[in-house]
Amino acid sequence: MKLPIGFKIAAIVLVIYTLIAGLLMPVPTLAILNETIRNLYYHVTSWFAMITMFIMAFAYSIAYLNTQKEKYDTLAKIFVQVGMVFGIIGLVTGMLWARFTWGSYWVSDPKLNGAAIALLAYLAYAVLRNSFQDQLQRAKVSAVYNIFAFVMMILFVFILPRMTDSLHPGNGGNPAFSGYDLDSTMRMVFYPAVIGWILLGFWISELRFRIEKLSNEES
Amino acid sequence: MRQIISTLVLMLLFTITNAQTSQPEMADLMRENGKIYVVVGVIVLIFLVLFGYLISLDRKISKIEKDRS
Repeated sequence: MKLPIGFKIAAIVLVIYTLIAGLLMPVPTLAILNETIRNLYYHVTSWFAMITMFIMAFAYSIAYLNTQKEKYDTLAKIFVQVGMVFGIIGLVTGMLWARFTWGSYWVSDPKLNGAAIALLAYLAYAVLRNSFQDQLQRAKVSAVYNIFAFVMMILFVFILPRMTDSLHPGNGGNPAFSGYDLDSTMRMVFYPAVIGWILLGFWISELRFRIEKLSNEES
Repeated sequence: MRQIISTLVLMLLFTITNAQTSQPEMADLMRENGKIYVVVGVIVLIFLVLFGYLISLDRKISKIEKDRS
């Protein structure tokens, strides 16, 4: 996997744009949220980046099972790791945001618990990988598990919270930001922010893959 | 009479204070005196340095790749 240089430049430009415009552009004035509405550009986009990384890992796991190429197994592993970094960022930033809008770092909410369970499912992927000595066996079993973990993530983050009551926007009858707050000025920052953080994730994954490849050649 | 006046004054005070809090509070002062730009500047500087570091890592890996092949 080699990322075109244009993608890397776009990642830098979009992230820097997000930092400047995200702090300076006008936002809707809402009670309780106040200025914290700007977290939309950083907290929500982290989850978008995590999901993109996990989709890539899912695709590479399927590709591995189809072709048995070791390269695809390595790529799946790296995308899970980078996705988990974004997931942890999303969880921690969400906790801080919840402290100042809901009044507590953690509330027993289906969205929050679901996100934690999804991350634990991916943590189990890392543990599972390390429990094999044989490379072929490890690649096969972890590819199968990764497909399962992806389905669990979709279920716990996107389906179950929508079927019950939830404090979190976009779930259990709560409108998401697109419903009333995400006006056109916020969209002008939000969409570039999503693309910027995702491209940054791809860049880091690419570097990780190249290092992995080099260290494999050495041994 | 005094009671009526004091009630009226209280009601007036209540409406004034209520009018002030009805608009959600935003960090307008920080924007007014321009100090927010300092914060944006610091954040952008940090990220530019981090990106510079990422680019240098990328170049180092490319160099090793070239040497190997």
